[in-house]
Order: sequence, then C-alpha cells, then structure tokens
Amino acid sequence: MNRRILEEKIFKILMLASVFIVMGSLVIIIGLVVFNGGSSLTIEMFTQTSGGGYYLGRGGGILNAILGSLFLALPATALACLIGLGIALYLQREFTHPRISAFIRLSLDILWGIPSIVYGIFCLMIMVFIGIGTSLLAGIIALTLLEIPIITRYMDESIKMVSIELKEGAYSLGSTKFETAVKVVRRQALPGIIAGVLLGLGRGIGDAASILFTAGFSDRIPGSLFDSTAALPTMIYHLYASPYPLVRQRAYAAAFILVVIVLSISIVSRALSKRYTKFVIR
Amino acid sequence: MIKKSDIHIHIETKNLNVYYDNNYVLKNVNIEIPTKQLTAIIGPSGCGKTTLLKSFNRLLDLRDNIKTSGEILVDGENIFDSRVDVPDMRKKMGLLSQKPYPLPMSIYNNVAYGLRIHGKKNAKELDSAVKHYLQEAGLWNEVKDRLHDPASRLSVGQQQRLCLARAIAVEPEVVLCDEPTSALDPIAAQQIEKLLLKLKKEYTVVLVTHTLRQAKRLADHVVFLYFGKVVEQGPADEVFNNPKDPKTKAYIDGDIS
Repeated sequence: MNRRILEEKIFKILMLASVFIVMGSLVIIIGLVVFNGGSSLTIEMFTQTSGGGYYLGRGGGILNAILGSLFLALPATALACLIGLGIALYLQREFTHPRISAFIRLSLDILWGIPSIVYGIFCLMIMVFIGIGTSLLAGIIALTLLEIPIITRYMDESIKMVSIELKEGAYSLGSTKFETAVKVVRRQALPGIIAGVLLGLGRGIGDAASILFTAGFSDRIPGSLFDSTAALPTMIYHLYASPYPLVRQRAYAAAFILVVIVLSISIVSRALSKRYTKFVIR
Repeated sequence: MIKKSDIHIHIETKNLNVYYDNNYVLKNVNIEIPTKQLTAIIGPSGCGKTTLLKSFNRLLDLRDNIKTSGEILVDGENIFDSRVDVPDMRKKMGLLSQKPYPLPMSIYNNVAYGLRIHGKKNAKELDSAVKHYLQEAGLWNEVKDRLHDPASRLSVGQQQRLCLARAIAVEPEVVLCDEPTSALDPIAAQQIEKLLLKLKKEYTVVLVTHTLRQAKRLADHVVFLYFGKVVEQGPADEVFNNPKDPKTKAYIDGDIS
C-alpha cells in the first residue's frame, strides 16, 4: 500500500479512537447514573426536602439541593455576566491600550486555572472579614468569582473577533462608541457570548469545592440570602459518603438530576445561539 | 465645461501626512474635492488610496499605530479640531467599503438603524423612510417581501446596495466609496456604477478605484496617487487625455501599475 494512504488511515483510526473515548465516557456516565440511581428516582426526590433520616435510608427527597443549586448558580451567573461584560468591553482597543489588555487577559487566564477549592477558601476569608457565616450569599460570591474568568474571556474573544470593517460601517453612520458596542458589536458577538455564559453556568452549577465551605449545607430550602443551603454537588458528596448502599443509590439519582439540568441548559442555549447566529455577518 | 469659479470645494487636505507603524503612507497630500461631483482617486495597489479615503471621516482613529498630521477641511472646518463632534462629522460621510459589511440585523433594521440613532423613532415614518432609501438603492423590489430576513442572507451585490441604502439614509453630504465593486460580479458592479452616477447629483462622491476604465466611465475629477504622493489632480478629461506628469501618462497607458 502507498505510504501516504497508510498514513492517512492511521490518523483516521487515531481520530476515531479519540472520539470514541469521549463519546464512550458520556454513554458510560449516563448509563451508570441511570442504572445505579434509577430505582431511587422517585417523585418524592423532587417534592420533599431531606430530613435527617434521609441519609440513613428513610423517606424524603432532595428538593432543597435542587433549588439550592439553582439559587446559587443562576444569580452567580447573572452577576458574573454583568461584571464580565464590563471587563470584556474595557479590554477592547477602543477603551484600553492593547498592552494593558494583554496583561488583564493573562490575569484572567490565570484565574481561570485556579482550582475552585482555592476560591472557596478565599471566599471564606471574605466571609470572616465581613462577618457572615456559611450562607447562600457566600456561595453566590464564590461561584461568581469562579465564573467571571470563563465568561469574561469568552465574551472578550467573541467581541474581539468582530471585524473592524463592520465597526467602520457602524461608525460611518455616525454611531457613538457606546451605540456601536451595544447595538452592533453585541449582536455580532452574541452567539459566542451565549456559549461562554453556558460554560460558566455549567461550571458553577456542577462545582462542589467552592461551595463546600461557603454555602455550607442544610436540610431546608434557604429562606434568605443568609441561610446555609445544600446544592446538588454537595448533596451527592454527602449521600455517597454514606455506608448504606440505598443512600449511595440516591447519590446516583441526584447525579442524574444534575446531568439532566446541565443538559437542558445546554440545549436551551444552543437553540438561542442558533437563533442569533443567522444574523451574524461573515 | 465647468468653469473653475463655479466649483465649490467640499473636502480639502492640507499637508496631510499619515504614518502607519513605521511606514510613511501619505506624504504631504494636498488635494481638493469638489462638491457634488464624482472624484476618483486612482493609483496602483498599496499607494495609500484607501488610507486617504478613510482619513476623511477619521476612520483611521480605530486602528492602532497610526499617526496623522496636517489638516482635512470639510466645509472649511478642520476635522482634527478637538471641538469637532466626531460621530456628527462621520454622519455627514457615508461609507461604501470594498466588501459589503451589513449590520448583523434584518434588512429593514440595517436601514432603520441609522435613522433610529439620529432620533427618528416613529414606526410609520421609519417604514416609509426605509422604503424610500431601499428604492433609491434599487433594492426595494428584491427585498420588499422579506424585509425582516437577516441581511446576511442577501447576495453580495444586494448587500452592497443595502450598505448604500443605509449610508444615504442618514442623509450624508459625501459618499466615500472604497473600491465598492471589487468584490462584485459584473452585473452587480454595473448596478453600483449606475447608482453612483445618480448619487453624484445630490452628493459629493469620492471613489477609490484601481480600475482605470471605471474611473474613466464615472469620474468628473481625478486624483492620481503614487506611493503616497499626489502626482496629479484635476478634471477627468484633462487628466486622462492630457496628463501633465509623465508618471500619470505612464499609469494611464498601462506602463506602470
């Protein structure tokens, strides 16, 4: 056989193998949580909170953790978007010298790589400083900090990719910088921004380490910003630490719910992204 | 024949110098662009035509590492003056770029955008204005049934006419065209040329082009730029039929390109 064709075949096999590893993992993970948690997946899981007995195998649900996760991740993502948008706009050449932007981008990339447990500990220091205990508020702060670098860099890259000719078109109609940014550049960059927000939300809702010390844990649905709260990742952690097989099954069921939530977010944002992509000028 | 005293000067540059990084792009450019005529800026690729055009409405400000000196007078007012309201000044100058870049929105909103930011908000007024300018650009019949489709779905030639419609919608005084037909097929290019001839009755049109034949077909006034320097400028028939500078003659004869 020709050497070059052989080369091509080998590379094709390597590529397929890589794809198979990823797709296989996804199938196995979903299979695992469904197989192990399926029998524990009851209506009560969604409608009841977890009393003390729940960790010993008695009745109850994880409504407190499901709601806790949403109460933590949604406001955190919204806050991170607001702050991230500010930073991302500031980084553009219209506002800041490229050398300063490059430094800020590097800092954001470093922040992106910092393990979430470190954010948790950092946030613990802030909590001690302002005098609050483990609470929804502290958890939101930790997740916001965790999500900011991700969301900001995605926004930044997609805004930066907007071609100068498109901006020239807007400016030559007499737009101000602000109008150009908000009415033209934003539309062009929106699909990329949505992808970044999704990624941030996914990271926030699935992270356990940063909320372990900050949001704490509770069997009740949080009634205010200053109540401790459970979340799905910490719930999974507590359930799986149990010696009872039945309770460990519940951990899988909780994991299944978390996977479904993340998947739904992904599908919704893809649909949104598609809606806006058709306006994008290439 | 137009007498010299009848010509009003709309844009005038005085000792305009532009440096891009360490390149000296425009060297002491002194030109006059007459009102309501079509001025073609001709010259070989890379001689600074586009840079000159984009300096007229200060679009060069958007790029890094550009240094400018000298004056550009529009209606007698220096646009580099710190008192100049830049967005307002740019509004007076429509732009048609090499490759059309419609705004990332619907066909309707592409035209309505400029009207809205300059204060026209009434829906009925917008509707009729959008229709009017799309007709002016010869696009109305092709898009009237799909005004709310994304502009990105139009063909390149249609996009260029849409860009023209949005440019004249803000009622500029000048239309700056940067090789507006170079990305288009011959038929679309011809449509744009026809429109430019129509436009010059109401607007001052500045056309950068690298095709001599296009300049001959359209121009009233010609500026010949060679390596960043103005070699010759004047009424089109004089420059084309009776060039004073040997370099201009060589370029027109196709000996240099």
